[in-house]
Amino acid sequence: MSDEEDDLILSDLNDEELVEQMFDDLYDGLKEEIEEGVNILLERGWEPYRILTEALVGGMTVVGKDFRDGILFVPEVLLAANAMKGGMAILKPLLAETGAPTIGKMVIGTVKGDIHDIGKNLVSMMMEGAGFEVVDLGINNPVETYIEAAAAENADIVGMSALLTTTMPYMKVVIDQMVEQGIRDDYIVLVGGAPLNEEFGKAIGADAYCRDAAVAVEMAKDLIARRHNQRAAG
Amino acid sequence: MTNALSELLETRDWLMADGATGTNLFNMGLSSGDAPEFWNIDHPDRIRTLYRNAVEAGSDIFLTNSFGANASRLKLHDAQDRALELSRIAAELGREVADAAGRKVVVAGSVGPTGDIMQPVGELSHAAAVEMFEETATGLKQGGADVLWVETISAPEEFKAAAEAFANVGMPWCGTMSFDTAGRTMMGVTSEAFVQLVDGLPNPPLAFGANCGVGASDLLRTVLGFAATGTARPIIAKGNAGIPRYEDGHIHYNGTPDLMADYVCMARDSGATIIGGCCGTMPEHLRAMREALETRPRGERPTLEVIAERLGGFSSETDGTGDSGAPKRERRGRRRG
Repeated sequence: MSDEEDDLILSDLNDEELVEQMFDDLYDGLKEEIEEGVNILLERGWEPYRILTEALVGGMTVVGKDFRDGILFVPEVLLAANAMKGGMAILKPLLAETGAPTIGKMVIGTVKGDIHDIGKNLVSMMMEGAGFEVVDLGINNPVETYIEAAAAENADIVGMSALLTTTMPYMKVVIDQMVEQGIRDDYIVLVGGAPLNEEFGKAIGADAYCRDAAVAVEMAKDLIARRHNQRAAG
Repeated sequence: MTNALSELLETRDWLMADGATGTNLFNMGLSSGDAPEFWNIDHPDRIRTLYRNAVEAGSDIFLTNSFGANASRLKLHDAQDRALELSRIAAELGREVADAAGRKVVVAGSVGPTGDIMQPVGELSHAAAVEMFEETATGLKQGGADVLWVETISAPEEFKAAAEAFANVGMPWCGTMSFDTAGRTMMGVTSEAFVQLVDGLPNPPLAFGANCGVGASDLLRTVLGFAATGTARPIIAKGNAGIPRYEDGHIHYNGTPDLMADYVCMARDSGATIIGGCCGTMPEHLRAMREALETRPRGERPTLEVIAERLGGFSSETDGTGDSGAPKRERRGRRRG
């Protein structure tokens, strides 16, 4: 072990250095260090929402970019998301108390007929890692489950996953039904899964096709921001 | 110890495996969402037909209908205690068809992933994974499979757990991973790293390789990656029949029998010994593939340019091996881990 790798004392760092160090610790999936960092920032009087957005979500953005660019892979990203969740567990009750805005809420599940859930599980973990609230509907969901859960949970996003060419057309059934009920524009609809592509996402009327879990997080953030801007302007 | 596969490998310099299981079963009326393995009991005639179609189209090896016959996958159908039974019957039906073929045909007991993420990242422990694989493997062995065949694996930990289970039941085996993420598996394994993993196992497989993934081009790039390590172990190539396309409300794979015929010969030229298809590969593809392997001469190892020209472009710029990967992130001072 070289001198450069000597133990760091987190509380000795100033705010800026600490946040940068937390970025690195998230990148390395160090849960205890993230929890410690969150507690130090709270002691220094940071608002919970500021810690969430600047330290945790900021750090996960770096992780997400490197995942997208093929520098990090799923195992590292899941460890990072797990560290992030450690910090979130401390912040969550405080955020609720202070009435801070939430980043967004998603209901997600594999579509009717599809039992392949690993992609959906990865997206759930990454979305939670990015600070979203995720309601997991599990596998094999009929259209009614999506629509009822989205309404009951007051979700911003409906996420659908399919791994089979035989099940991916069901995504269109769900979207068509939302259109018919006049609720399509109440939600952001994200779709993903191995056999899908962008062309398919457009053809069925989804807001976005997400190639992988990192893209799902990026799309979700981007579309939520656009929606807020539209509402502010309207 | 010899077995049907090692005997064939000694006498032949290429073997043809089978094509799709799922795509074929859906064409026979399997509903999406149902476990295909239930058909081993509910519609054994259709499973025999599936196997026989592969044999009659020229396959030397076919995989049993037991991909999802592990406790973790079957739990989704509330059938977690039926892994052994469903695997056994999948192999019994296979044995019947192979023994009636009139030539040596290998029954390969398919073992698919658990679908769970393993520790430390996920929840599934090594011991629990070994136990699940062992149950499936035991059923396949009892049913008379010649070899076990683990496929579509992404995580090195899961591949190792399967290998250990196969050692416990004392069966020869083959194993393939699915390289679908910029040339690597979902969990980041490169073709080169997979060769090292396989070579390092206490009970290495008879053959190893790649299945499924993105398309025929990507799969061949992975095979070239295996071959570049200089490995002496037979390489398996089982690629999809092209890429699924959505047209007029229907999905179809864009790989024609002609394209798959080109693919098998290029796979052989790339260094693969056991060659077959995966999703979207139907009996008509297999017939064209067999004919091409029998009639076309071997050629030079294809370059990436030739593969892209004949089979279509790659899904990513590089395959993630060697120094071609993206640069590592610049780090601040590091803490002790």
